[in-house]
Amino acid sequence: MKITHAEVEHVSRLARLALSEKELDSLTGEMDAILGYVEQLNSLNTEGIVPTAHAVPMENAFRADEVKPGFTPEQALSNAPDAVENAFRVRRVIE
Amino acid sequence: MTIYDLTLAELRDRLDRRELSASEVTGAYLERIAATNPKLNSFITVCAETATAEAEAADRAISAGETAPLTGLPIAAKDIFNTAGVRTTCGSKILGNYIPPYDATAIARIKAQKAVIVGKLNMDEFAMGSSNENSAFGAVCNPWKLSHVPGGSSGGSAACIAACQAAAALGTDTGGSIRQPAAYCSVVGLKPTYGRVSRYGVVAYASSLDQVGPLTRDVRDSALMLQAIAGYDPADSTSVNTPVPDYQAALAGDLKGLRIGLPQEYFIAGLDDDVRTAVEEATATCRDLGAEMIEVSLPHTAYAVACYYLIATAEASSNLARYDGVRYGLRADQAENLIDMYMQSRAAGFGPEVKRRIMLGTYALSSGYYDAYYLKAQKVRTLIRQDFLDAFEKVDVLLTPVAPTPAFAIGEKVNDPLQMYLSDIYTIPVNLAGTCAMSLPCGFSADGLPIGLQLIGKPFEEATILGTAYAFEQATTWHERKAEI
Repeated sequence: MKITHAEVEHVSRLARLALSEKELDSLTGEMDAILGYVEQLNSLNTEGIVPTAHAVPMENAFRADEVKPGFTPEQALSNAPDAVENAFRVRRVIE
Repeated sequence: MTIYDLTLAELRDRLDRRELSASEVTGAYLERIAATNPKLNSFITVCAETATAEAEAADRAISAGETAPLTGLPIAAKDIFNTAGVRTTCGSKILGNYIPPYDATAIARIKAQKAVIVGKLNMDEFAMGSSNENSAFGAVCNPWKLSHVPGGSSGGSAACIAACQAAAALGTDTGGSIRQPAAYCSVVGLKPTYGRVSRYGVVAYASSLDQVGPLTRDVRDSALMLQAIAGYDPADSTSVNTPVPDYQAALAGDLKGLRIGLPQEYFIAGLDDDVRTAVEEATATCRDLGAEMIEVSLPHTAYAVACYYLIATAEASSNLARYDGVRYGLRADQAENLIDMYMQSRAAGFGPEVKRRIMLGTYALSSGYYDAYYLKAQKVRTLIRQDFLDAFEKVDVLLTPVAPTPAFAIGEKVNDPLQMYLSDIYTIPVNLAGTCAMSLPCGFSADGLPIGLQLIGKPFEEATILGTAYAFEQATTWHERKAEI
């Protein structure tokens, strides 16, 4: 086994996904099969190979620090599940 | 010939000569969508009202002599593009009610030319899939055979063009999501070089691989659409600031002097016989047109799918962290505390494939596994990219199949994620290398399903593959066949 049920449960907490026992069971099997498949990469010697993050060479993109028009508070809050006084409202974080 | 059979270029000509008005054209397309969408389910949202108003505005512009290449032409967009004031779901329940306050750059650019946006197209949820079966808004049927998938993730876009529901469509391609559905539906699909088209306002899946491109009836229309959307955008720091050539000028006659490479690793066991035959015939056509065919090798091809599924899922797990139920999207209200609210909202909003990829990506990035999986995959990506750069020392264009088989039946691969992933084996390497490629019709299987030909070009040489594709198209009639729907 490449991955256990307990590890899948741990990853689900890292990913902030509430999964049922049934989902955890099927994901354990599916992830095990996929991790078995990707194992083939280990047969390649990649010593000294520079990793590619972007296929096209990138330079840091600077821009002038200028104020430009942006969203109004109404636009920014227009899709909020719960908004109050120009803010997104969530459950109490600090008791 | 009915209005909806005309290409973008033909419609442009009719509009310019005042033989048709933009309002007539849009009206014909809205009727066509209403008549065919119940069978196909290619649209998530039809923009009848705004499209009618946009067509009237286009007619006023044409009367005033202010015509741009796309003025008055009916275009649909994959539901991954943010459209100001129009619901943008990305095929997901979690964005089921999301109405963006802004336009993606690609949308803004075609709107600036007064194109008419007729609607938003179905897709695999968050562009994760190869069959369009992962949409929260239902599967899409292939116009050539309704029992079959249209491909994915831009399945709605390809079906829409094959069924003449819009004159052109916008899609996105992360591992083949424009080219594979284009092949399954017998339309032309172009994935430009990474950085050629702005990704601003396109819902992110795997940011180092995602790229915007058109799906069209023919190659000339593909060049027209790329011309409209290509170019540097300060709002996307990964868009590249190089000049955009005149793509129409690249559409010339023959292929004399062109060196076309045939990568031997793409013609192996697992390739369907009908697909092999069609691609071999296409090879002969290119030779007849004057191209020199050269066998080349892309030695790391077999590792591309494994490499892709680590990189794409890792980037996806990071990108999709933003769906937390706080600022937009679905929120689960019964949660006891903030963390629980995140976990419940995401569990209720995402479908099974999206959860699977988030989980795989989170695992690949997690402490203790990062080097073994994500970093290893990034190094293999370097080798795959180098394969292409080496091949392009010897040839100008690569010619390959788009997919190992024609479209498969709805439900056939839904329970086997790995088999589904392998349907992208010929398209994924191009995204990892970051270069450009297109899919165009090159035949049909014995049971009448379309087959696509892939042309892969050097980085930023879209003009070369468009020119090659145009010469091939002129010498063949596959693009003239229409699905009966």
